[in-house]
Amino acid sequence: MKRLPTITALGLTLLIATTPLHAAIKVVTTLPDLAALTREVGGDKVEVEALARGYQDPHFVEAKPSFILKLHSADLLVLVGRELEIGWLPPLIQQSRNKKIQVGAAGYLDASLTARILEIPTGQITRAMGDVHPLGNPHYWLDPENGRRIAAAIRDRLSQMSPGDAVDFASRYDDFDKRLTEAEKGWDALMAPYKGLKVVTYHRSWPNFAERFGLEVVGYVEPRPGIPPSPRHTLELIATMKQLGIKILLVEPYFDLKTPRSIARETGARVLVMPPSVGGEKEITDYFKLFDHDIDLLVAAIKETGAR
Amino acid sequence: MHRPTSLRVLLFAAGLGLALGAPSGASAQSAASTEEIEQLKSQIAALQAQVSELAAEVAALQAAPAAPAPAPTPTPGPTTLAVPAGAAGAGGPQGNLPYYGTASTASKVFNPDISAIGDFVGAIGESPGGGEPSLELHEAEFGFQAIVDPYARADFFLTYGPDEIGVEEAYITFPAAPGGFLLKAGKMRDAFGKMNAMHIHVLPFTDRPLVTQNLTGGEDGLADYGVSLAHFVPNPWLFLEATGQVYRGQNEVFSGETRGDLSYVGHLRAYQDLSDSSNVDLGGSIAYGSNDFGSGFHTRLLGVDATYRWRPLRRAIYRRFLARSELVWSRREEPTAAQNAFGFYVSAEYQFARRWIAGGRFDYSERASDPSLVDKGGSLLLTWWPSEFSQIRGQYRRTRFGEGRTANEFLFQFLFAIGAHGAHVF
Repeated sequence: MKRLPTITALGLTLLIATTPLHAAIKVVTTLPDLAALTREVGGDKVEVEALARGYQDPHFVEAKPSFILKLHSADLLVLVGRELEIGWLPPLIQQSRNKKIQVGAAGYLDASLTARILEIPTGQITRAMGDVHPLGNPHYWLDPENGRRIAAAIRDRLSQMSPGDAVDFASRYDDFDKRLTEAEKGWDALMAPYKGLKVVTYHRSWPNFAERFGLEVVGYVEPRPGIPPSPRHTLELIATMKQLGIKILLVEPYFDLKTPRSIARETGARVLVMPPSVGGEKEITDYFKLFDHDIDLLVAAIKETGAR
Repeated sequence: MHRPTSLRVLLFAAGLGLALGAPSGASAQSAASTEEIEQLKSQIAALQAQVSELAAEVAALQAAPAAPAPAPTPTPGPTTLAVPAGAAGAGGPQGNLPYYGTASTASKVFNPDISAIGDFVGAIGESPGGGEPSLELHEAEFGFQAIVDPYARADFFLTYGPDEIGVEEAYITFPAAPGGFLLKAGKMRDAFGKMNAMHIHVLPFTDRPLVTQNLTGGEDGLADYGVSLAHFVPNPWLFLEATGQVYRGQNEVFSGETRGDLSYVGHLRAYQDLSDSSNVDLGGSIAYGSNDFGSGFHTRLLGVDATYRWRPLRRAIYRRFLARSELVWSRREEPTAAQNAFGFYVSAEYQFARRWIAGGRFDYSERASDPSLVDKGGSLLLTWWPSEFSQIRGQYRRTRFGEGRTANEFLFQFLFAIGAHGAHVF
């Protein structure tokens, strides 16, 4: 028993001895949005990589062994939490052989703990409701205010891990905060004329975005979260959309467009393939561009369809 | 929590009834006043009423074990419990969390993830070997999984089936053991090849291939009591992992009689992404131990497995292709001579719609104790997924047995899972 810590200590000493002093903190995030926010705060003091791509369904990422190797050498793992990654992250963490990022360890950061979470179900939850997230809607990064909170949580964690760089992380965060506040003014100005606009979305990915920018989501292409569209539900949705005059249908880039397009034909609505994540389109390279892109797309479609 | 308490009260009440009943008999002899007897009778009646009330409560609890106990307070809704310190955070569960039962059940937050999986299989058609029964609950599996402490996690899988009742797997895992090892100990499925480590309900078939039936442990494959160590093989090119396992050596293939008669399993896995949407997984395995002829006679299994996967990221929930093959060479020492048998399967599955998967498999396997007998077979499969938690599958299977007879069978399967959301199979 006594020998094991000694061996570990020896191993650690060797590791430290062979690691260059200026080594960046290696951060692995589950989604590219968290990677983008980590980059904002960490700058050149961190080396960031996301496991999933921005155009991929974050519920159904595969637990590839190549991800295990990435987690093996990570100092910090930042995840969305709220059971978004429950189908693939736990086995990766377990096989990573990395003490630092195990659940509850210093290098395990659940970004949802300081974010504002919507749609936390109350009352009894069953799977008859589809693939519900019992801890609330995990697509919370789509409100810039939550982006700010996530960035602050990352700043705090990075500062704990590397106290020498804390001042740098703090000033980078302040700068990010300032730029975000500035950008929000622009986004708000663009969206202001359409406050209360009713839209339909494919999956429940947009509650935070809708709340922040004054949209009202009145229906979903999925009859229930994670359940593919059924003919009856589609007919009901078409009736609702006609009745309310809904012209905007938001679809995440990883869903089939057949049903949304046939709904659009019936209702005269516009199908918008709107990426919910950084990297969802080539030009969306950071957190700001995600909102730039999505809001431009939305505003252009609203203007063209005359939706209100 | 409720049931034992209620039972205890019940027993106590019954005991009290007896204790009261005995003196009442004695008092009749001593001609005690009828008033006293009436009093006792009413007391007993009151107790009986309580007992039947309690019995009804017990029955209700047994009928719906998962249902929350009714709150004793007249106000509707569950009682609540303060959020533990660790769960704090804006947007997190705020204020009070609902809980059910007494204050001592606060520890329920540490209950393991519980799941139950049913595997119901039916078979139509003639099979010379008898084959699967017409209808059967092939397996009911109960999983209990949780983190043990900062160093380990534990997984329990209990199986109830017609042939087997018991622990399919139960092991502790140290995910970050010293030296970069992944250490497991307990009852486990052997890391021999790909499919052996998989539970039946995650296979893309209703059955296990002939090579498993003939060479690597029959219906349930290789599983045993043992210790497993796995380590990455550091290299700049690909994912390479070596696993070494030591088992007691008692399963369908090995039968070590003494403490020294252990069986050993080694596995090397190489994985490489070819692109974002495709990858290759290769493996080599060896298993060695004494067979049922005794300590001097050994069986050695060698295996090679290869898997190719394709899944486009943008359409991951609609399209998927997987091709896999496993080859096994068995060398079984017997008193007369050593028997060398070979077997393999090749399978493929293609998801062509969100809920539909088509598949096929070709089987070839010699028999471990008589390689001159060769079983061959082919299967066609169609699977329908209503959701992540249930699937319905049909399999047409044609088998030509070594004795010369042929079986044409249609198998169907209902798989259904409740409880905790497990990880997706990769």
